[in-house]
Amino acid sequence: MPQIVVENLYKTFKVAQRQAGLWNSLKSVAHREYKIVSALQGINFKLNAGELVGYIGPNGAGKSTTVKVMSGILVPDSGRCEILGLNPWKNRIQHVRHIGVVFGQRTQLWWDVPVDDSFDLIKDIYKIPAEQFIRTKSELTERLNLQSLLGIPVRQLSLGQKMRCELAASLLHQPPVLFLDEPTIGLDAISKIAVRDFIRNLNREKGVTVILTTHDMDDIEALCSRIILIGKGKILLDGTIEQIRNRILPERVLKIDFYSKPSRVDIPGVVLLVEEDNHVELRFDPSKNNATELIQVISTHNDIKDFIIENPPIEEIIAKMYREFSI
Amino acid sequence: MKAYLSIIKIRFAVQLQYRAAAMAGLCTQIFWGFVRVMVYHAFYLSTTVTQPISLEQTVTYTWLVQATFRMLPWNADAEVLSLIRSGNVAYELCRPVNLYFSWYCRSIALRIVPMILAGLPLFIVVLMVPANYGAMLPASALSGIAFMITMLGALLLSCAISNIISMSALWTVAGDGMRILIPTMVMMFSGSIIPLAFFPDWSQPILRYLPFSGVLDIPFSFYLGTLLPSQIFPMLILQLSWTGIFIELGLWLLSSATRRVVVQGG
Repeated sequence: MPQIVVENLYKTFKVAQRQAGLWNSLKSVAHREYKIVSALQGINFKLNAGELVGYIGPNGAGKSTTVKVMSGILVPDSGRCEILGLNPWKNRIQHVRHIGVVFGQRTQLWWDVPVDDSFDLIKDIYKIPAEQFIRTKSELTERLNLQSLLGIPVRQLSLGQKMRCELAASLLHQPPVLFLDEPTIGLDAISKIAVRDFIRNLNREKGVTVILTTHDMDDIEALCSRIILIGKGKILLDGTIEQIRNRILPERVLKIDFYSKPSRVDIPGVVLLVEEDNHVELRFDPSKNNATELIQVISTHNDIKDFIIENPPIEEIIAKMYREFSI
Repeated sequence: MKAYLSIIKIRFAVQLQYRAAAMAGLCTQIFWGFVRVMVYHAFYLSTTVTQPISLEQTVTYTWLVQATFRMLPWNADAEVLSLIRSGNVAYELCRPVNLYFSWYCRSIALRIVPMILAGLPLFIVVLMVPANYGAMLPASALSGIAFMITMLGALLLSCAISNIISMSALWTVAGDGMRILIPTMVMMFSGSIIPLAFFPDWSQPILRYLPFSGVLDIPFSFYLGTLLPSQIFPMLILQLSWTGIFIELGLWLLSSATRRVVVQGG
């Protein structure tokens, strides 16, 4: 039985329209114009326990809105959502006990007090038994390397340090489901890797179901087995990275190093991407050209020093998807 | 319950960091207190009619106002306002606590801490200043007790009103009006500008039954002895009824707001 069910979710926002300038501001006092923005137009998906799903789409696609509906913050216009058998907006208080949420652009820690004080508050808010709290906290502290940070007021932490603390804060009550809304936004390379490793281990070892929204394709590549693509409030694709790759951009890139300048590397149906002194890059479609045959043909004329077959970078796939769906 | 106590506790810790602000507040309150005391002296010297309360009582009332000023619902909780404006309220909504009461608890801490840091020392200082310039002790021991009890009632009422002011941020346009109107009414009708006893006779019963006398005038009247300790029950019921009404109103406002909530800033 799926752990998370989302069916036909619709949500519209009424946005007050106002043009810039004093006169228009005065006009809007008397008469306001509203525009209806459809944030979600029939979202459907199901998630099983222990999945790690990348929920992606361009800005304004409805990613955060979906996450907010699933966390019980927003009430949708219509549709059904059940997480661990609970309706997030009708059973909000019961529901939020079972989920952890991190919004990368916001903070849940108290700005002026040490991180530890925020953790203590969370302990009381979630009624975490003292013993379990100490165990979970020390485990999270170790995994996220927080020892030296716990005594520092949040306002003095760097963004990367803060994000590690946020992750710990969202997991103190050991939720089986975790929503991460752009958790790596603005982080440096080392912090990003630390956050990714942590999320991966959490999912693999503890079996926590994770929904991750991000614009960072390295996050997707490193973490997600499944991708859900949303655009203009609709789900456009739902599948594994492999399925999506095959569907959108099945080509592979063959990179070959030679001992000397190669000859006769132009093969019908294969695109020559790069041709340097002793180096060639070719793009081919594995459904039309077989990689082994390709190398055989080239090696009959040349001495191959080394070769590598690469999938196109996920970024290219996503960019192509966005273009294809014109979102 | 423990969750709510913890919210009070952490907010307490935050507030205690602003000791310098409290000291500055203390100095300002003392200065303004003396200015107001001088004005009352001039007023009593120039009047020929008997006033409803004596100069000594008026001066004591003034010092009580100065000491408890920050407990009044005269502003919104800046933290709650910024939570709403920045959209961090999203996090508050994914906690297994009632949002209204978690803000209510924040409010309690916000209103108590300045009283401890600035109000209490101020009042101890002015108790030592000679009569007619400083404050006098409660009319009787029982009056003192009645004062303490109704101060607690005033705190609860005050937080219920201030919660409504804070929630005004949920409505961009109407909210601004609420944020100006409610504090003005509080200042006027609680007795913090001039003691309610100086208002015209015909208005006395109305003022008494408005919610605002409960945040200030009721406990002060017990202190001065103009309300007798035997009247504590009706007054306490008055305070608690208004507290209940404002809490109900706040709960209703918040639930209707969260149904159509838009989280600002994406």
